[in-house]
Amino acid sequence: MDRLLNVTSGLSILLLGIVLFSVRRAHIRVEYSVSWLAAAVAMLVLSRTPPALDAVRNLIGLPDSPLALFLVGASVFLIMFFRFSVIISHLRDDNVALAQRVAILEYHIQSLRNHES
Amino acid sequence: MRATGPDSLLIIVPALNEEGAIGGVVRSIHQEVPGVPVLVIDDCSRDDTVARARAAGAEILPLPHHLGLGGCVQAGYKLAFELGFQYVIRVDGDGQHDARDIPSVFQKLRSSGCDMVIGSRFLGADGWPTGLVRGLGIRFFRLVLRPILGKQVRDPTSGFVGVNHRALAVFSRSFPLEYPEIEALVVLQRRRFRFAEVPSTIRPRLTGRSTITAVKSLYYILHVLLGVFVNVLKFDGRLRRRPGQSDTGG
Repeated sequence: MDRLLNVTSGLSILLLGIVLFSVRRAHIRVEYSVSWLAAAVAMLVLSRTPPALDAVRNLIGLPDSPLALFLVGASVFLIMFFRFSVIISHLRDDNVALAQRVAILEYHIQSLRNHES
Repeated sequence: MRATGPDSLLIIVPALNEEGAIGGVVRSIHQEVPGVPVLVIDDCSRDDTVARARAAGAEILPLPHHLGLGGCVQAGYKLAFELGFQYVIRVDGDGQHDARDIPSVFQKLRSSGCDMVIGSRFLGADGWPTGLVRGLGIRFFRLVLRPILGKQVRDPTSGFVGVNHRALAVFSRSFPLEYPEIEALVVLQRRRFRFAEVPSTIRPRLTGRSTITAVKSLYYILHVLLGVFVNVLKFDGRLRRRPGQSDTGG
């Protein structure tokens, strides 16, 4: 149990470090780093404060804490993956509309050039 | 290229790496419907498609990056709508569609008042032989679409399609990005638009090979099935929220 909590804490700190480093290097935008930072902090708090983990375990109704920790972690990351799927879908729609608009404008520009010459 | 008159027609040809076929496709269209502009929408081909199409007398709409079939066709619809064309007929760039069938699709569009006319490979005298998997897929979608569309569609996967200005207005705003043919039918039907089929001839591809492989077939079925039901639910929800109003636009 202690080892599992320590590993979770270590992974949470690692995730925090990677996300902060990526934000500093502008590899990800600040608005998209918030979810990852919140998830890492939540996992760190749960793994370092057994009463909080026990409260979550009782709330969910699970028999042991490691399972509760696993379930919370999996749920948090599933929600994040879904959120990013929504964002990617919007970006794809915007990207397609933009590419079509660029193509149509290029067509009009070319037509004007041909008309002038 | 400009729309002239109440029956202005534009032929659009989506193309990706079709240098072997595109010149012949454009020339055959010019031969069958002289004076009708042909717009080749190039989905970022890496070969000589654009030059061959231009040499054959087509106008080119070059996409800045690869969008896939739906995005490519919709770009053509958007330009046609902006330029004021009343009718648009889509012909594939691989040479499978026979340009001699374009006049019958155009005639049906003008005379029937239908918003979409599909060139069907199964309405001809001999029909058209399909592979086992594709044949089963088409039969499956006929069954699925029958209650949704309220009538049978013999060739729901046909890419040889003509639309009028009303359908063009809808498609220029909303068009499926992947595997668009079946979903597009549902999009129009949910707006109470009408469609019809006319016989058409499908020939073997002149060059290249189909992008739908056996492995992709299952993904194709699941994707299209999901898209169909999403469209059904979406428009049923809109109609429930607006009782007494007809849904005739996007």
